Amino acid sequence: MERMQQIVGRARAAFKSGRSRPLEFRIQQLKALERMVQEKEKEILAALKADLNKSGPSAYSQEILGVLRELVTAMEKLPAWAAPQHVKKDLLSIRDEAYINYEPLGVVLVIGAWNYPFVLVMMPLIGAIAAGNAVVVKPSEVSENTAQLVAELLPQYLDKDLYAVVTGGVPETTELLTLRFDHILYTGSSSVGRIVMAAAAKHLTPVTLELGGKSPCYIDKDCDLAVACRRITWGKYMNCGQTCIAPDYILCDPSIQGKVVENIKATLKEFYGEDVKSSPDYERIINKRHFKRILGLLEGQKIAFGGETDEASRFIAPTILTDVSPESKVMEEEIFGPVLPIVTVKSVDEAIEFINLREKPLALYVFSNNKHLIRRVISETSSGGMTANDVIMHSVVPNLPFGGVGHSGMGAYLGKFSFETFSHRRACLIKDLRLEVVNKVRYPPGSMEMMHL
Amino acid sequence: MERMQQIVGRARAAFKSGRSRPLEFRIQQLKALERMVQEKEKEILAALKADLNKCGHNAYSHEILGVLGELALTMEKLPAWAAPQPVKKNLLTMRDEAYINYEPLGVVLVIGAWNYPFVLVMQPLIGAIAAGNAVVVKPSEVSENTAQLVAELLPQYLDKDLYPVVTGGVPETTDLLTQRFDHILYTGNTAVGKIVMAAAAKHLTPVTLELGGKSPCYIDKDCDLAVACRRITWGKYMNCGQTCIAPDYILCDPSIQGKVVENIKATLKEFYGEDVKSSPDYERIINKRHFTRVKSLLEGQKIAHGGETDEASCFIAPTILTDVSPESKVMEEEIFGPVLPIVTVKSVDEAIEFINLREKPLALYVFSNNKQLIKRVISETSSGGVTGNDVIMHFFLSTLPFGGVGHSGMGAYHGKHSFETFSHRRACLIKDLKMESTNKMRYPPGSQKKVDW
Repeated sequence: MERMQQIVGRARAAFKSGRSRPLEFRIQQLKALERMVQEKEKEILAALKADLNKSGPSAYSQEILGVLRELVTAMEKLPAWAAPQHVKKDLLSIRDEAYINYEPLGVVLVIGAWNYPFVLVMMPLIGAIAAGNAVVVKPSEVSENTAQLVAELLPQYLDKDLYAVVTGGVPETTELLTLRFDHILYTGSSSVGRIVMAAAAKHLTPVTLELGGKSPCYIDKDCDLAVACRRITWGKYMNCGQTCIAPDYILCDPSIQGKVVENIKATLKEFYGEDVKSSPDYERIINKRHFKRILGLLEGQKIAFGGETDEASRFIAPTILTDVSPESKVMEEEIFGPVLPIVTVKSVDEAIEFINLREKPLALYVFSNNKHLIRRVISETSSGGMTANDVIMHSVVPNLPFGGVGHSGMGAYLGKFSFETFSHRRACLIKDLRLEVVNKVRYPPGSMEMMHL
Repeated sequence: MERMQQIVGRARAAFKSGRSRPLEFRIQQLKALERMVQEKEKEILAALKADLNKCGHNAYSHEILGVLGELALTMEKLPAWAAPQPVKKNLLTMRDEAYINYEPLGVVLVIGAWNYPFVLVMQPLIGAIAAGNAVVVKPSEVSENTAQLVAELLPQYLDKDLYPVVTGGVPETTDLLTQRFDHILYTGNTAVGKIVMAAAAKHLTPVTLELGGKSPCYIDKDCDLAVACRRITWGKYMNCGQTCIAPDYILCDPSIQGKVVENIKATLKEFYGEDVKSSPDYERIINKRHFTRVKSLLEGQKIAHGGETDEASCFIAPTILTDVSPESKVMEEEIFGPVLPIVTVKSVDEAIEFINLREKPLALYVFSNNKQLIKRVISETSSGGVTGNDVIMHFFLSTLPFGGVGHSGMGAYHGKHSFETFSHRRACLIKDLKMESTNKMRYPPGSQKKVDW
């Protein structure tokens, strides 16, 4: 406990020193992070392979490329982001300076998740540094190799006191959450999200919660099924289904269910070959606990494809379930695994109703040639974000915010949104002491005649 | 409890009906609110007089004018605010539609405060309606006349199911907070703010907390003291000091303390005449509890002016304390009364240090002819908002966000910021099913060659 207090205390003292305020310092730290990612690429990829069996190319494109892009963006845009934002004035303030000043909050806590263990600490860290804060990073202990690596690497490249890494499991995180921060960004499950927010409430610490849910994927009869299914297959089975914005389940008309299965099967063969288990591109379930959890979801289900498992290597084959009942276990919680249930619905109305009966998901997908139908689904549902005619991709568009709504989260980040999330927008109005006569109207003694002019 | 559940349930069902989504409906409701404020002006002013002894002039300018302005602005701008916001695209998204969609959250809870009991429910209500939500309004029971009036008036003008009013005290509010909302905006004190956030955490409900603190007011030696003191006097003693952004205490050099007192005394005479108690422009403390609280802050203090009280009418005269010790009771909590302590400091460095030893306030004020000094104070401190060379005024420019930081709050509202606070910013990416060949790079089987292009 004392250790935690000391770490956070040092971060706060370092922040109070003021050295993280000048833009030059922040850019210098971001540059060091960039060097770290470039110089230690091998080590990072090795850790991701050890934790999730991520192949080099997958790990690089999923976790490193995005981080390098975010760093370049932050370094390039920081002067523009950090500049005071002058606002439109009114008659009363015509002679004044009126602007929004972006200021650091203080000490930010970033709690990472295990499924994309590198990028999910790095992206928030980049934004928090850019905004001028001190940052305490708590990587997920479940992805232990990456957590260990982050703990070793950050102090080698960054200011040791301003940017501290804390490792450990539930007891350590619980302790950490009793301490006072100026913002907490947590990525993980809804149930722990509640715990984080409750802890934050004790200190009136604002939070950004990147949670999860069951992201629905509606496939309209009017669409190019081969293309749709290839894109869905890619997003569903990447990282062995352990992606917060993976299409969780499919909704489609019973008449196309068979074709959907055929197309996905064909794509899986394209992607992973005849023997998925020996494909270097196919990941593994993070640990035994999740392996068992997902295995349990297959009970009593009609397996149209896949279903093979191997506990020793935590392997679960890409699996498709058909004619799934809405009341079954696999339709209760977020699957977070390579199991794709298909629930049949007779119309887009039924699909919309189905989606709206459930908690707001982090992502929503709809495939159709009909733009009107797509817009209708968007306007009659809610979700953190959405992509039409593809999956995942809204999360990589540079100027779109990434975040949830309802049980899938609150707040957003990435790019400029990270900078704003980790900043205080301070309203500033600078007047001068002249023209006092203009203020006469507001001073007592008052009269109603004056008011109604 | 059941009554609360029913009211909130009806609001949710009304929201689900979809009728609050079309802009025409929202504008029609806002127009009705505008009619309400215009037609019932007398009744509103009477309630404010009964609750706080606010005279017509003050009540109109502080509570009605602002609301009418907000309504006019919102009705005019709503189509622009609610329009999907396209984002800058990149090479990957050239052919796509990428935009941020502003969507209602669902059922919003607005908890008002007693010091500006009308405007503090109306302004959030306006923003929540504009954003397309259902809204449950809980006015403060402490300002009971206004609470009663709001409960009677809203159903006469607005959709009864979408915008209900709930009245009651702590037990009723506690009940209400166990219900599920999609956003809660609370105005009040820091202690209750923690309770609201903890209750919200159970449902993962995002919150906007408009809290308080001790807003410091630094007077530099280099400034027009007469003007500075007149402006400070206006902001401090309006509503009998019961203003969340009132200058709480003054920091100045000992050499000007005497002049500051003289100037404030002179201004008080201008404003309220020789006999403050009989001035129709001087308000009263809201109730006995706060009267006793504020009165006790005078114990052991050097009263340079004022100090007279009358419990029967909850009257406390405009009071100035000099040479106040930083450790005294009056310097511990937010005063929220017509008592103005002056703490002497020998330099702006000392003032900045003094301010930074304390919790971040909701507002900060600095008076100086020297713009550099003002900018320095801004950059070396933190607060919700700032006005230089005046007080209060940053509140009235609706293009500036109004909110706190740290213990003075989280989130912000007013004008467009209200609309955004009560909306979900949904990231939307609409692709088509063509050009599938461009996606080849991302699909397995992967190879480093693919990534290194």
